[in-house]
Formats: sequence, C-alpha cells, structure tokens
Amino acid sequence: MRLTQKLSRRLAHRISGRLSTGRRGRFAAPLVLLLGLLVTGATYYAVDPAGAQTRAADEDTVAKGRAIFLVGCASCHGKNAEGINTKNGGQYGPSLIGVGAAAVDFQVGTGRMPMAQPGTQALRKPPVYDAAEIEALAAYVASLGPGPDVPAASQYDASDADNEDVVRGGEFFRTNCTACHNFAGSGGALPRGRFAPKLTGVSEKNIYEAMLTGPQQMPVFSDEMMTPQDKRQVIAYLKKNEATPDYGGFTLGSLGPVTEGLFAWLVGIGGLVGAAVWIAANSTRSRKKTQG
Amino acid sequence: MSVEKHHSANHETEPVADPGLPEHEPRPTDVDEHAEKRAERQVAMLFGLSTVFTLLFCVSYFVFKVGDEPSVIAGLGASNAALGAFLGLALLCIGIGIIQWARKLMGDHEIMEFRHPGGSSQEDREDTVRILALGAEESGIARRPLIRNSLFGAMGALGLVAIIPLRDLGPLPGDKLFHTIWKKGMRVVQDVDGTPIRPADMEIGQLINGEPEIFYEEDADGEPLIEGAELQKQKAKAAVIIVKMQPDDIKASKDRENWGVNGVLCFSKICTHVGCPISLWEQQTHHLLCPCHQSTFDLADNGRVIFGPAARAVPQLPLAVDDEGYLVATRDFTEPVGPSFWERG
Repeated sequence: MRLTQKLSRRLAHRISGRLSTGRRGRFAAPLVLLLGLLVTGATYYAVDPAGAQTRAADEDTVAKGRAIFLVGCASCHGKNAEGINTKNGGQYGPSLIGVGAAAVDFQVGTGRMPMAQPGTQALRKPPVYDAAEIEALAAYVASLGPGPDVPAASQYDASDADNEDVVRGGEFFRTNCTACHNFAGSGGALPRGRFAPKLTGVSEKNIYEAMLTGPQQMPVFSDEMMTPQDKRQVIAYLKKNEATPDYGGFTLGSLGPVTEGLFAWLVGIGGLVGAAVWIAANSTRSRKKTQG
Repeated sequence: MSVEKHHSANHETEPVADPGLPEHEPRPTDVDEHAEKRAERQVAMLFGLSTVFTLLFCVSYFVFKVGDEPSVIAGLGASNAALGAFLGLALLCIGIGIIQWARKLMGDHEIMEFRHPGGSSQEDREDTVRILALGAEESGIARRPLIRNSLFGAMGALGLVAIIPLRDLGPLPGDKLFHTIWKKGMRVVQDVDGTPIRPADMEIGQLINGEPEIFYEEDADGEPLIEGAELQKQKAKAAVIIVKMQPDDIKASKDRENWGVNGVLCFSKICTHVGCPISLWEQQTHHLLCPCHQSTFDLADNGRVIFGPAARAVPQLPLAVDDEGYLVATRDFTEPVGPSFWERG
C-alpha cells in the first residue's frame, strides 16, 4: 500500500516536472483543461453530427416558419395558431394546433392556403410559397402539437403496384370515396356551393395527405383504420385509372349520364337537324334555259 | 292528270286566283354538260372514298392492339377510336354521295298529287259484310253453342297464362323489412377488409364505411357464413357508416344519450327517401348528403332531415365496446332502415 502511494506520487511529480520544463508552469493546467474540453466536444460532434445539426436547423426552421405564419396566416388562424371565432360562433379560421405537418403540406402545397378570399371553400391554385417555406411552415405548425407527419415517399409511391393492389384499391375507393369524388374521381357537388374536387392530376403525396388529414369537409381516414398499405392501393387504383386510355372515346368529363345525354341530344341530334335543314335550304339554280 | 288542266278548271270558282306553280328553273347540271360530268365524278369519288374508309376500318381492326397493353392515340383507345372514325366516315361518304346524286343529277321536275277520299267504296263494304255473314253461317257458330261456349272458355282460360306469373312478385316480405342482421354484441367492422374498430383509432372527423362482422366470418370449413344472394340482401339493409365528432357537438335526444362511444356514432347507410347508399359526410358541418336527390341529414342531431325529399331521419345503430375494446352494436336498429313502405304506416 505504502509502496503504490509512493510510486504514484513519484510518477505524478515526474510528469508535472516534464510538463513544466520549457513552459510557464501557471498556464499549463488551464491549457490542458481547454485541450481536454475541445477534444471531448469535437469527439461528440464527430460521433453525433446529424442530431446536432438537425436540432439547430429545426429551431431555425420553426423560427422561420413562425415568421412566415405571422405574415401570411395569423390574420385568420390567430397569432399563436389558436384559431379565430366569429361573433356568431362560427370559425373565421380554425385552430391549427395538432393538425400536423401533413395538413400544412397539403393545404399550402396545393395552393389552397393561404386563401385568396374568404369563401365557402378554399380552391386549388398555384402555391404561394416555395418548398422550403412550406417545410418551415409545416415545422412550425407541427411544433405546436402532435399531428400526422408529412408521409415518406415509400408510403405513397404506388409505381410498383401490381394488379392485386389496383383491384383492392378500387374496392376501397368505390366504398369510401366515390360518394363524393365520383366513380372516375372527377369530383362532385356538395351542399351550399361546395364541391369535392377532381382527383386527376393530383400528386400521390397530396392524395395520401388528404386521406390522412381530412382537409375542409373531407372526412379523415386515419392510418389505424385505413392502413398506409390500403392508402397506397387506393392511390395505385387512381393512378391506373388516370393512365388508362379512354376506350369509349371522349369522356366529356366522366361526369356520368347527364353530360353524355345532354351532349347527344343537343349537339348530336341538334347537329343532325341543322344539317338536314341546311341541305334542304340550299339549292343552286341556273338562269340559263335548257338547251333543246 | 296534268297541272295545267286542273288549273284552268278551278279558275272561275276560286275567290283568289290560284297562282299555280312558279316557273321551273333548271339546275346548273341540267343546262351545263361540264357541270353534269363534274357532279357525276364527285358522286363517284365520294362512293370510292367510302370504300377506302371501309378498307381502313378493316386494316385498323388488325393493326391496333387491345387488351392489357392497348395502342393509344391522343389518350383514346386506338382500336375503338379508329374503328369508329373510319366506319363513320365510310357511312358519311355514302350519305353525302347519295344526297349529291339526288340533288344534282336525278330528275328535277315538280310533281303535284291530289288527295283521294279515304273510305272504301259502298260495293266493297257490302261485299265484306256478306263474307263475314257467310263465315258465321258456314262455321255454324250460332247454331252450335257447345263449341262456341267451350271456345270462349278456352280463350278466357288463356288469360291465366298472363296472370299466374305475377306470383313471382311475391311472397309478401312479412317482417323482413323491419329487421336487419344486426344484433346485440355484433362487431362493427370496416367494409372491404373487415377490420374491427377501436374508438381510439378514429380521429375527430373520421368516417368509416362499416358492415356487421358476420359478413367476414367463416365456418369450420373456411366457407363464409353468408354468401351469394343472401349476402347481398343482408348487405342492402345492414350497411352502416361510423363517424367520430367532438362529443360536445352531438345533440343526442334523451333516449339516445348512451348510443355513442366517445363521440363515435353509427348510422344506417341507406337513405330513407328511395334507398341510395349515402356516405357523403361533411366532417365540419356533420351533414350527410344523399347524392341521388340531395336529401340532407344532420348526424350531430340524431340524423334529422334538414333538406330534401326524405321524410324520416336516418336510423341510428346504438353502439358500445366489447371486452377487447372494439365497437359492437347493442341491438338491431330500432326502426326499419331504408325508404318508407305501406305497412309501416
């Protein structure tokens, strides 16, 4: 015991003696301390760089999103996204706490938000914000409360769907979606001037987000009940439907028998009657007399 | 009968003089030989074109592919589009050709015909009566009442042929319209895949198209318990929609206060007007719209009719959760689902 103590004391004395040789003794200790701290910090940074960067970036993004929100959204949704009620109990702009990043990505990404003017329904238009700004807004709204996240490409990408997926997606679509969106996804009318938009030309991601978040009057189809696989199959069906050529000729909007009947009776029959009248009304006559 | 003769005969009796027909004006093809030849060529060319289009129809039948990888022209199925277009053009060319032929080359003189009395001559009428009387006399229908009456009987009996198949309209439905397959403890599952539903898995504003679990159950041999026509019949009555809304928004009537689970309510999917399936639910207004005739029901207010031709509220199915936490019905619907019928009063 005594031996070890003696040895270690001697060793410590020796090291400090070495360090001291050729240096100013009073700076040595702080320098060693500083070096140690730097090495530790650098090592941690090297081991977990992503986390550190994301956290720093996240805070930046949320702050940037909040700045955009205060300018573009707060007048209807409230300065803290708490929503603004109208005098008679309606909603001027609903609360966005807990709607999640997916809802923001859908509403702003399809141009529905910010609305051009208050009305019965927010219409699809070219997006006002670019991708980075939408991401910042989504990050800010997601930071307010837990809600559905923006889906990953693996969830909605239906490019590798096979026939089985398409058939099953069709069953889901006809059961859950056609009541409003029409059998061909061409959209349809709702009460009081609202309408269900057509689904052709909508990106796979936006279709997924719409099912997930239930924008405006659309009901929610949560991932627990309609699983990501079910949703991907619905998307596969819609995309297949969109890619299928129109075997029956011009679709006239795929709106059903009313447009087709109207076209056949007005343009078809009307055209025939017009042609018959025109044939009978036009006749060339000559002033010359028959010879002989 | 010539036009001229008739004209002069009536001349004195008419208060306003009959101006007669206007003077005949010849067509260019009548007076110009070149025009006539040209018209002839035109007509022949149209008929020839029609033949070409018919051949193109035949070619496109073999050239364009149908099936899994169809040929496409401008977003249309190439085969159907080409077949239709060429057949249409072939018929159109024949049509235009015939019209050109008739209007430019066929005879072009005005014709007048006078109306004749419509009835038969007295002689013909008497003749017919005589033949009928002769038939009655020779067949002896008046003298042989046995034959006559048995013939009438046979003819009358033939009427049964038309009446008997009306039995197919029956039998009367009895109390089938008053009940559905729902019963106490039967799980409510998602349509298409039969997933049972936990109230906690539903978001506010969620809509699920539901069916009774028995449609997805199998017996010991793996055969479905209900299938075929029976399944369709039961489905037509038992289909439901399950919606979740803010519990504060629900204005349940006194007897329905415990019919929901944490804001989850279940209603019949069959419209009470003429029975269309309705799942067109607006999550913010809680209104359910029938796309057929715009009947609108307020699901937050016991399914009350707020617009449209429906006369009755959409029936509600009382819900509870079972031991495993899944939604179940606590009983069958309390009233018949679907459109009104006589026996219901």
